[in-house]
Amino acid sequence: MKSVSYERANSPAEAAAAAARTPRAKFIAGGTNLLDLMKLEIETPSHLIDVNRLDLAKIEPTSDGGLRIGALVRNTDLAADPRVRRDYGVLARALLAGASGQLRNKATTAGNLLQRTRCPYFYDTDQPCNKRRPGAGCAAIGGFSRQHAVIGASDACIATHPSDMAVAMRALDATVETIRPDGATRNVPIAEFYRLPGETPEIETTLAPDELITAVTLPKPVGGKQIYRKVRDRASYAFALVSVAAIVQRDGSGSVALGGVAHKPWRLEAADAELPRGARATTALLLGDAKPTRENAFKLTLAERTLGAVLAAAKG
Amino acid sequence: MKFDSPATTNAIDQLKVIGQPVSRIDGPRKTTGTAPYAFERHDAVPDPAYGYVVGSAISKGRIDAIDLTAAKTAPGVLAVVTADNAGKLAKGSRNFAALLGGPDIEHYHQAIAVVVAETFEQARAAAQLVKVDYSRAEGVFELAAVADAGNPAEGNSGPADTQVGDFSGAFAAAPVKLDATYTTPDEAHAMMEPHASTAAWNGETLTVWTSNQMIDWGATDLAETLGIAREKVRLISPFIGGGFGGKLFLRADALLAALGARAAGRPVKVALHRPLMFNNTTHRPATIQRIRLGATKDGKITAIGHECWSGNLPGGKPEAAVEQTRLLYAGANRMTNIRLSALDLPEGNAMRAPGEASGMMALEIAIDEMAEKLGLDPVEFRILNDTQVDPEKPQRPFSLRRFTECFETGAARFGWSKRNAQPGKVRDGNWLVGLGTAAAFRNNLLTKSAARVRLDGRGVVTVETDMTDIGTGSYTIIAQTAAEMMGVPLEKVVVHLGDSTFPVSAGSGGQWGGNNSTAGVYAACMKLREAVAQRLGFNSAEADFIDGQVRSGTRSVPLVQAAGDIELVAEDGIEYGDLGKMVQQSTFGAHFVEVGVDTATAEIRVRRMLAVCSAGRILNPKTARSQVIGAMTMGVGAALMEELVVDKRHGFFVNHDLAGYEVPVHADIPHQDVIFLDETDPMSSPMKAKGIAELGICGVAAAVANAIYNATGVRVRDYPITLDKLLPRLPEVG
Repeated sequence: MKSVSYERANSPAEAAAAAARTPRAKFIAGGTNLLDLMKLEIETPSHLIDVNRLDLAKIEPTSDGGLRIGALVRNTDLAADPRVRRDYGVLARALLAGASGQLRNKATTAGNLLQRTRCPYFYDTDQPCNKRRPGAGCAAIGGFSRQHAVIGASDACIATHPSDMAVAMRALDATVETIRPDGATRNVPIAEFYRLPGETPEIETTLAPDELITAVTLPKPVGGKQIYRKVRDRASYAFALVSVAAIVQRDGSGSVALGGVAHKPWRLEAADAELPRGARATTALLLGDAKPTRENAFKLTLAERTLGAVLAAAKG
Repeated sequence: MKFDSPATTNAIDQLKVIGQPVSRIDGPRKTTGTAPYAFERHDAVPDPAYGYVVGSAISKGRIDAIDLTAAKTAPGVLAVVTADNAGKLAKGSRNFAALLGGPDIEHYHQAIAVVVAETFEQARAAAQLVKVDYSRAEGVFELAAVADAGNPAEGNSGPADTQVGDFSGAFAAAPVKLDATYTTPDEAHAMMEPHASTAAWNGETLTVWTSNQMIDWGATDLAETLGIAREKVRLISPFIGGGFGGKLFLRADALLAALGARAAGRPVKVALHRPLMFNNTTHRPATIQRIRLGATKDGKITAIGHECWSGNLPGGKPEAAVEQTRLLYAGANRMTNIRLSALDLPEGNAMRAPGEASGMMALEIAIDEMAEKLGLDPVEFRILNDTQVDPEKPQRPFSLRRFTECFETGAARFGWSKRNAQPGKVRDGNWLVGLGTAAAFRNNLLTKSAARVRLDGRGVVTVETDMTDIGTGSYTIIAQTAAEMMGVPLEKVVVHLGDSTFPVSAGSGGQWGGNNSTAGVYAACMKLREAVAQRLGFNSAEADFIDGQVRSGTRSVPLVQAAGDIELVAEDGIEYGDLGKMVQQSTFGAHFVEVGVDTATAEIRVRRMLAVCSAGRILNPKTARSQVIGAMTMGVGAALMEELVVDKRHGFFVNHDLAGYEVPVHADIPHQDVIFLDETDPMSSPMKAKGIAELGICGVAAAVANAIYNATGVRVRDYPITLDKLLPRLPEVG
């Protein structure tokens, strides 16, 4: 049996220090993704650092009028928070579009950001996958790719990021707060948090191995109509084919991020500027560099039409 | 008891217990977690070792070498069984691919080893240490590429080809015609409980607690595979967490638990892990179907042709999707044929309504398309082509066929007359709304079935039969039958199922379980009534069994007196004569569906569903309704989302877990209505009942497809109908 050592961290810096001194360590919070992957032997950590007892489960106002969401705030609690529901509706809606009630009760804010792709070849340990075994190759390329990325993919990986929450966070310009073993903290804009796969698809974020997420902060509320529209094959409990997180102001300006199309929540600030001109103009820029496969080319049409419906709803 | 003439009035007709909407008697045990399933038989086997199955990483080829060194020395490992060290294994008559593969590999995730260890985690970890070198061989994985070269193959109940009249001539001459091709994908049973078995040897005798629909088939094939006598094998399967045909046969869990237990020298339990199930076990094979219809201008079908192509492993059977077309609609000139190609995908086999479910998915779209060409309402077109005789053999009438009434009843209940025949015209906010209908059709199959019935000194009637309850309600309808026959309340009946030491029943499959197994219990109860009458001094032909009493004339004796201190035991079964050949026995229905299609995204959501069923006597309206709404749900899955996606390069089903293989969730299923026509079919059995569980799925997917067409004007002929197939042709967002 693969043995896993376990420790419970007493402070964020101590958790980061534990990660620094233990090779192949993983932080564990809700465990809704990590434990599944461990059972399938896709993730094989040798050490688990339990961060659940850390004091990171609060939602508090920031000095500049925004909101600081502790890393351990459960998805259910975040979606139900009155401030989130009032000022960041796109986030509450995205959270409720994801997973199931039971999973949202366990899943945390930081864990949601860090969940792994649902590429079926990533999940099949009898198939090569560069995320699982760097350099092994990618079975998804040339295989069944209906769910896969249409933009920002590489010759090494065409996986998508599965989170709904992160797409809303991207539209909201959230910032990820982290801590290192020496207590040093930094604020990573979510735009710089995720990486495209490139040649190293196993490295999914700009976090250092010994860096722990402590919070996600949202800027001062921007108002506007905030819509999250998730399109999928069944009505619930499925990952997005395409999702749209949009914040649309009365004058038609705003921000838009897409889920289900790339290795990360997909947003181009230049495309935001096209929002007043409508869905076609916006997606033309947003997905202008798309290189879809025959099986997932429909995502381009779907993204445009879904954004069209979102913009129409924002007006109404 | 031989059933060879139509049933007359009998004890079942009292309908004191039979026909009542009784809640399932096993319900409390299931809802309190006290019904033991195969993997949790701690009561019977307190300290089992655990087996973890290793599946082949290639689809076709050979194992050059297996290195077990690391696995065998891993912590807790007791044994590793492979084809090399398992001893000589035969193949059960119902398996096509070997359940323990090697050195030849026949399909992806074919079992090649089972690692047995003290704990599940140890077995799983050690399984990862089994190192296998393969030589890959070229395989054939794409049906469309080889369909044309397919060979004629027999169907489930008929020949490969049928021809009546002059099909080509009539089709060519028909003033209105349709020639269309449809496809259905490979589908998975995706039942909740995985295949699981706990096996224990006692000397040369093997006991397997398992999850299997057909106990006798399973015990026979396990004995045959192991090369031991049938009497040395006992299968016990009292509770089954879903099967849908996926547990009709001996599978790797049972064989590998037995082999693992023999190698480890102690009981072993094995469950197939979910990601292995989809490629290791069986599935419903994909089809390509061509349908040609010719009709007069006023809508009488003059030519009907249905051809189907499917693939399977060598030795496997076709998905016989044309057989309902031989029986469903009138028409003087007819042809059907079934073609089968060899594929190197996992083994295809029966899944809920094999053949008919797939065939109706295509045929009932074709009928909808033809009705539109004719300018006829699709309900009217179907009624116009109803037949009371087997259209291929007009001398054979249907035993009972109320096809027209199903449609008339359903149309009235559903508000069909409000349907706008012109597609794409009904809007409700952001939804395009459409109505669709389709026929339901499934044959009623007669299979012999036996039971043993005991009457004890407390007046308790105990039924024993190897019949299974796969969630269908077998326990309940069998108890109702015994209660009715012996004139006792339901509380006085105990039912024991799923044990190979019990009399052999019909088992669960092909919607034959309900009618046949209760008919077998009827036969055993008739014998017990004779024994009771004899002991109490009654003439059994004149004795009534009512309210715990045996009565004749003015004399009345409590039933309990018949047993006294000595239990009375009777055993008998139902066997069928030629009635099934002289008349055609089938079940009929009509499905009605309303869908909404999102104007922007083409997301499809079912809004209302109705099924009207003509299926003989309904033994228990509550459990029957559960069967039908479950089948309707499965039909929605087939229509909208279920597809085992083939990796055409490497030959396996890619989406092999329940995240990737989507089935409907609660949010997908709206209000469902079911109407049973009140009827009895005296040609079916003394119960006058027929099957219902598979009728419910047949036609549902086509009704959904037809509703989508009515909503959008987009006709999709390739299942599942996902939004990407609608998008290119969907009207611009308005």
